[in-house]
Amino acid sequence: MKTDEFVALLASRVQAVDPRTAGRRHLFALVAGGVGAVVILVAALGFNPQLAHETTVPMFWVREAFCLALAAFTIAVITRLARPGVPIGWLRAAVPVPLIVMWLLAAVALFEAPAAGRVSLLLGGSAMVCPFRIAVIGSPFFVGLVWVLRGLAPTRLRLTGAAAGFAAGALGALVYTLHCPELAAPFLAVWYVLGICIPTAVGAWLGPRLLRW
Amino acid sequence: MTEEELRGLLIGGLSGDAATYRLFLDRLAAYLRAYLRRRLAQMPQDVEDLVQEILLAVHNQRHTYDATQPLTAWIHAIARYKLVDLLRRRSRADLLHDALDEDDELLGVTDSDAAEARYDIARLLEQLPDRQRLPILHVKLQGESVSETARRIGMSESAVKVGIHRGLKALAATIRSLG
Repeated sequence: MKTDEFVALLASRVQAVDPRTAGRRHLFALVAGGVGAVVILVAALGFNPQLAHETTVPMFWVREAFCLALAAFTIAVITRLARPGVPIGWLRAAVPVPLIVMWLLAAVALFEAPAAGRVSLLLGGSAMVCPFRIAVIGSPFFVGLVWVLRGLAPTRLRLTGAAAGFAAGALGALVYTLHCPELAAPFLAVWYVLGICIPTAVGAWLGPRLLRW
Repeated sequence: MTEEELRGLLIGGLSGDAATYRLFLDRLAAYLRAYLRRRLAQMPQDVEDLVQEILLAVHNQRHTYDATQPLTAWIHAIARYKLVDLLRRRSRADLLHDALDEDDELLGVTDSDAAEARYDIARLLEQLPDRQRLPILHVKLQGESVSETARRIGMSESAVKVGIHRGLKALAATIRSLG
């Protein structure tokens, strides 16, 4: 088929494009991912029985804000990566900010604690299982984000896959806070971040395979 | 033709004006051809294939164009993605550096002297399953309306639209797998 015939084919009876479709798909994926994540949490772990009491502790809300900010900045980056030729811009600098703040809080907490208490601040009671739980609870978000991205046109596939994994990890961590009783900054700075890193690595690995177009 | 004029044609096409959209794709093909002839001086037999592959990508991804964004940046990113993809498939990583060079003006020179593509898209379309092939045949090749086609082949209108959309995406995947 000659190129001008192919152009005629592509243009023939072309349908109008609804610019709101991408936004709706993002929203749907996040809601569906959220439902999936909460179902996994409830089925496997249950809610923290002290949850109502913990919401009176300021550090509870610092932890929520930490997870939410990481997720929100990364999703904003993803919406840019998903369209050809859109620069990431200032958001590139925003994503590390919550991490740096949490690491600073952790450093202060460790510095102020008596030497004997530092190990327990760092390890809490669930260090060994926390990263894996975050990765598993985040997986429905990852599936949803990959589904959205397969309908769009990212050109940097490895970076986009990693960003989708990072956002899924941060959202998984946010849902996991409904079960997890750990509120010490050193614990969050290490094990939560590690939990987010697992789906990030998976996303970087799968991105070029899943997101090609 | 300036970026503004070409952008106007695309915006018209996105609102469903087929004649304007055809004009957009025609002009774009001429720019892409000139751009790729410079980039693929060592592989001239691939130029027309890649022009068609990029036009298909632009069409399949036209919903990712944000009207507030410069058109050149959007098209350049798509063209570069497809060019790099082709060079990787051909194991011509030696040409990647040239391909990634951004200095070159995309909407500068036109070339309307189309060569033959090496694969025939008409033949590739015939390999699609009926639920995609028939909607494309009736609507895109014979120019019948979606509702006419739906009645004729016994599918719902939305199934016809989905068939066209998925069929053209499958066509892009087939072209990619040809190497």
